[in-house]
Amino acid sequence: MQHVSAVREPLVTGGKTLHDVTQDICYQVEAKPNIRWMAALSVALFFLGIFFYSVYRTVWYGIGEWGLNKTVNWAWDITNFVWWVGIGHAGTLISAVLLLFRQKWRSSINRAAEAMTIFAVICAAMFPVLHMGRPWLAYWVFPFQNTFGSLWVNFNSPLLWDVFAISTYFTVSLVFWYIGLIPDFATIRDRAKGSIAKFSYSMLSFGWKGSAKAWSRYETVSLILAGVSTPLVLSVHTIVSMDFATSVVPGWHTTIFPPYFVAGAIFSGFAMVLTLMLITRVVFRLEDYITLEHIALMNKIMMVTGSIVGVAYITEFFIAWYSQVEFEQYAFINRATGPYWWSYAAMMTCNVITPQLVWIRRVRYSIPLTFVLSIIVNIGMWFERFVIIVTSLHRDYLPSSWAMFSPSIIDIGLYVGTLGLFFTLFLLFAKFFPVINMAEVKTILKYTVDNGPTYNPQKAAHATPAPQPAIHGAPASAPVNYNKHD
Amino acid sequence: MKYWKGIEELESAPEFMQSAFAEFMPVKESHASKDATAAPRRDFLKLMGFGVAAATLASCEAPVRKAIPYLNKPEEIDPAISNFYASTYFTGADYNAVLVKTREGRPIKLEGNPESPITNGGLSARAQAAVLSLYDGGRLQNFAIKSGNGYEKAEVAAFDRAVRSKLAATTGRIAIVSPTIISPTTKRAIAEFAARYPNTTHVMYDAQSASALLQANGGTVPGYDFSRANIVVSLDADFLGTWISPVEYGRQYAMTRKVNRDKRTMSRHYQFETAMTLSGCNADIRVPVKPSEMGQVALALYNAVTGAGGASAYKNDKLTQAARDLTANRGASLVISGSNDPAVQALVTAMNAALGSVGTTINPNAPSYVRQGDDARMAALVNDMNNGSVGAVIFYNANPVFNHPLGAKVKSGIAKVPLTISMNDRLDETGALCQYAAPDSHWLESWNDYEPKRGFLSLAQPVITPLFSTRQGQESLLRWAGNNTTYYQYLRATWRALTPNDAAWDKVVHDGVATGTALAAAPATTAALSPAAAIDQIGRAPKTAANAVELALYEKVGLGAAGCEANNPFLQELPDPVSKATWGNYVAVPRKMAVDNEWEQGDVIQVTANGYTVELPVLIQPGQANGTVGIALGYGRTQSGKAGDQVGANAAPLAMAASNGLMYRNVVTLKKTDATSPIAQTQTHHTIMDRKPVVQENTLAQYIKNPKEVTEYEKVATPDGLEKPNKVSLWQDYQYNNHHWGMMIDLNSCIGCGSCVIGCQTENNTAVVGKQEVINRREMHWMRIDRYYSSDHHKDEFETVGKVGTYAAMEDPSDNPQVIFQPMMCQQCNHAPCETVCPVLATTHSSEGLNQMTYNRCIGTRYCANNCPYKVRRFNWFSYYSNEKFETVNGHMFTDLGRMVLNPDVTVRARGVMEKCSFCIQRIQLGKLEAKKQKRRPMDGEIVSACAQSCPTEAIVFGDMRDPNSRISQLMRREDGERAFHALESINVQPNVTYLTKIRNAESEFFAKENA
Repeated sequence: MQHVSAVREPLVTGGKTLHDVTQDICYQVEAKPNIRWMAALSVALFFLGIFFYSVYRTVWYGIGEWGLNKTVNWAWDITNFVWWVGIGHAGTLISAVLLLFRQKWRSSINRAAEAMTIFAVICAAMFPVLHMGRPWLAYWVFPFQNTFGSLWVNFNSPLLWDVFAISTYFTVSLVFWYIGLIPDFATIRDRAKGSIAKFSYSMLSFGWKGSAKAWSRYETVSLILAGVSTPLVLSVHTIVSMDFATSVVPGWHTTIFPPYFVAGAIFSGFAMVLTLMLITRVVFRLEDYITLEHIALMNKIMMVTGSIVGVAYITEFFIAWYSQVEFEQYAFINRATGPYWWSYAAMMTCNVITPQLVWIRRVRYSIPLTFVLSIIVNIGMWFERFVIIVTSLHRDYLPSSWAMFSPSIIDIGLYVGTLGLFFTLFLLFAKFFPVINMAEVKTILKYTVDNGPTYNPQKAAHATPAPQPAIHGAPASAPVNYNKHD
Repeated sequence: MKYWKGIEELESAPEFMQSAFAEFMPVKESHASKDATAAPRRDFLKLMGFGVAAATLASCEAPVRKAIPYLNKPEEIDPAISNFYASTYFTGADYNAVLVKTREGRPIKLEGNPESPITNGGLSARAQAAVLSLYDGGRLQNFAIKSGNGYEKAEVAAFDRAVRSKLAATTGRIAIVSPTIISPTTKRAIAEFAARYPNTTHVMYDAQSASALLQANGGTVPGYDFSRANIVVSLDADFLGTWISPVEYGRQYAMTRKVNRDKRTMSRHYQFETAMTLSGCNADIRVPVKPSEMGQVALALYNAVTGAGGASAYKNDKLTQAARDLTANRGASLVISGSNDPAVQALVTAMNAALGSVGTTINPNAPSYVRQGDDARMAALVNDMNNGSVGAVIFYNANPVFNHPLGAKVKSGIAKVPLTISMNDRLDETGALCQYAAPDSHWLESWNDYEPKRGFLSLAQPVITPLFSTRQGQESLLRWAGNNTTYYQYLRATWRALTPNDAAWDKVVHDGVATGTALAAAPATTAALSPAAAIDQIGRAPKTAANAVELALYEKVGLGAAGCEANNPFLQELPDPVSKATWGNYVAVPRKMAVDNEWEQGDVIQVTANGYTVELPVLIQPGQANGTVGIALGYGRTQSGKAGDQVGANAAPLAMAASNGLMYRNVVTLKKTDATSPIAQTQTHHTIMDRKPVVQENTLAQYIKNPKEVTEYEKVATPDGLEKPNKVSLWQDYQYNNHHWGMMIDLNSCIGCGSCVIGCQTENNTAVVGKQEVINRREMHWMRIDRYYSSDHHKDEFETVGKVGTYAAMEDPSDNPQVIFQPMMCQQCNHAPCETVCPVLATTHSSEGLNQMTYNRCIGTRYCANNCPYKVRRFNWFSYYSNEKFETVNGHMFTDLGRMVLNPDVTVRARGVMEKCSFCIQRIQLGKLEAKKQKRRPMDGEIVSACAQSCPTEAIVFGDMRDPNSRISQLMRREDGERAFHALESINVQPNVTYLTKIRNAESEFFAKENA
């Protein structure tokens, strides 16, 4: 039976027992794939097919298959890159920063958010490679011993910093995510019936035994990795922003970019987490684990970061006016009133105005509204990158070179293709990996052994959140959560 | 205390010490077998390795490559060393003395011949591109005789026999139709042919006829000398772009436009014209007039200049001012007209006479022969052909079916002529109608002589054996006339008197040019109109209704009116200097007309005149006279070859065949269609947006007052007050110990002709990308000429209108804008933004100040191009040499024949790498090597970039800025703080290209006096 504090609302509702948690989460892994998952995977695979076709066209014929030109040399490619990298940030923030801040509510969403990070970074990494004229030489960006003579990389180039930032980010995120998965893999292994499943999950769980020592190390490693990841939350997008900030292009050459990009990244990342979580909790019936409280909390983070981004937008205009630099001023006037005004309008509406609706409690706790909002923010953040990249480039210094950019079908194909790639990976993850960190969720249950009901399989399947009377008693294995969430 | 590692070390036994400090112990051969025949283990491995390698190699099929050495190596031909031969380019339009650069016997580039007193080392864009036409696979590759619908390859001897017998059997008149021929020996050959077949006439016509000009000036083009004219008034003559001899005139004109603090005077140029031409862009004062008004304009000017006081319907303050300027500069003024109206030309001639131009700005002893076409004779021939009185017609590089306004009648006439022979280089629109095709060799495969102006001779020599089974046209004529000498001997005979011995002849062949002796006979003259008759004619000219839409046909700098180079993709992709449009012609309309009719750029409209309709897209052209439209001639070929066919539409039939000659104007009806057709422009934003840091201009009055105040220098705030941007830097400056290459471009001299663009393209193997890719804004030119129109709106409206509104308004050019050209290529920045951002160091700084691009290292992130403030970097979006999409337009990179034109010193860039102007690094290296071999420093002027070499007006100076005596250093010193500026100085990238502020001579001291 769940212990419900008179002052603290439970993080997991539905009166879950420890066994319920295992049962609920392993169920998705163990059950036959349901039709909705199959349908979703087919759609994702279709878009993955589009991705592969677009990659083929790009690599076989050249970047000319895209809509770029002599003036606008980056457009959708780097827009998508920054967008995907940004999306990844929420996962790291949830898993690292919130862990360090002992935000226990993160436990039910961190697994999926981290997976999202990894898949988003995979999608993001496609673009810097594919956008190269000669992607088969992409390895030249690594400073490796070579036989080319005295050739070395250019440590002045922000693109090189990107290489290190993204690769570090990906590696750390992957390790962090995987370490967290090990105890859960062991749980699945122990329950697995089929020999393939048993073998696979025992390989994946690295022989986890669940000894006290192992748990102790697990906790330590998690904390260390959280410590390592935390600066990455700030560094990765800072460095991505320097791709622009260190250039001479008016509209790019801006010192505000690092904090602005980081805030934007968290903003878009939380939007994406919300989008995914809202779908996952419905598809996999995880309403008790991902509660309205979670949604409200994430909404708040979105609102805060969205406001930071809004301030940054306005600051850019102020600085353009204050600097009295003609080119800079024109870049921003052109952004808002030039031929791409609609993308600027889309960005402002989606990123600055809509998140402010979260101030209203009804919006914050409304699942459909939150879902719509999260999609709008994702769109808005895509437009933000488009605005920064394309509207700055298309009219820079020499009016003779001013040009317009319009995407080719391959540009569009690559973008929706990476969405296909992302969702394919995410759906596979959701089916074969535990989408919620069982081990950690169990630590936040308010559960007493004495008063708890025996396991009821029907209840596990339906998980009706029947309000339980508060029963006082000594907490069992789960540590008490001292944080109040509202 | 000493540690030891073992007893041996402690004891320091000598046998131990021997190997103690070696990294590896010596190999003990004791493992090897004592048996001498058995291989030791290591040898076995070596042998096995060799064996495997040998077996692998043997299993590969070695490609068979044949290299045939010279049995007797020509002394002067060395691989990797270019040979230059003097020659001459003249294909009926403009004359250029050239040097042909050959590598291992292949012509790869044309450069101006500095020995020529006419073109002085300048070269037009069209001439630059001509080297590509040599390798044009669309040329007819053998003699052919029509059979059925096709042609059968013919053996030359049989062909000659057939033609001779047919000619002998011809009863009617025999006509040889050609464009203007300025070759005395060719004319001699034609005369010999005419002697053999006595009823032969030679009819010349020019695609852009100058009949009226010739008629008014005794059959020749007057020997204009713009360098002596303080005032030039041009009535619709695009003398800087296409009219008569633009390279020569451009150079002379530019001489009067060069200013410095010691010479603060420059000429003033008035242009009265309909379409916006290159000359109009350069004019100090430009007045748009309708074509039908031109007679009245000439009359008004004539009246004002001569004081004759007759009545003219045309009134304009600027015309009054022009007349005052002309009369005030009597003897140093010049009036020219591009009109083909004999009355207008008669008045112009009379004006020049009245102004005392003859003997000063017109050299009466050196008239030009480059236009000899006679409209009346051609029209008569077309009639004769149609009425069946012509027995045979020979087209000698003439394509009247396409480029003569009476093309349709020429076509019907050819069907009625019993014997038709084409000596055109391909089965073009005319050639394909003829029974016999005897293709002429390319001029680079031929001997010939030229007399562009009286007393100025030049030669063409073959620089390669004919690529195909062709024969020089002159030789064909001689054969058919029964003369079996080679044309070389024939030519030599003409020159015997001039060059009695071989040494003299060799010198002329070497120099390419000779002066002093006239070879050509004085042309036949038609009586010119007297001024009174001209005035009368103008007065009686039928009035054009005020609301009628008038068409002005004009010629493009690239293709010219004849369209004979249509299959040359370099020229198709050369942006029009004014509209920046490539690949095709269009209907240039003034904005008012477009707005009134709700046309947008790219809407296809039908233009109808003479019962003939063309469909072309609309281009809104600032400066186009209201109520008029302009269409370029020379486009719309149907049988030119892969690249040139179906590009634009043929506008020649829209011309007016009036009783007194061809008029390149007409009244047309316009009708919008539902179709749209995008125009491929390399520049789609046309105004400078008041960006002074980009390009600067000022007035002559200001320059006279104080040369130090014509350029606005940007300053940045530093702790020590306002400073030049380069005084503060985060970076360390490079030290240049040997050379520091720089370029200086005088915006006052640059007329925007685009010659440098093609020069750069041929030198650097830049790909042609085709119309769609230009529309996609991916042209590959390393060098471009930015053209900015002035706007009616300026920054001073920020206060009243607000910035947003003002910026939007500044995007629209004025209706009759002032124009400024700015050649733009890699600025070779000393603090280059591209260099810092490349992740793999593919673009780096050289020790001589160059920003160099290492293609092999480039992975194509394009960050450098984004970060280039000048947007001069070009990315290889595709494999332009192997992607079938580009085979039509960039065909020369696809075939062995075409690849012969590529410069072997410059890599053809792979897909996915960035490229850009290198300051012609290969020419720099060559110059340095030559100097090194002779143990000296390179001399100033010895190393020139291709653009500087080809510039007819010497607007581009290239040199070593570390050499204090070089021209560029002297100019830098002289112009520093006056006209010298860098584009975008405030971003402190410190370019090695310096511009000189343009000075305009537009305000009138006369008006000032009147107002005072």
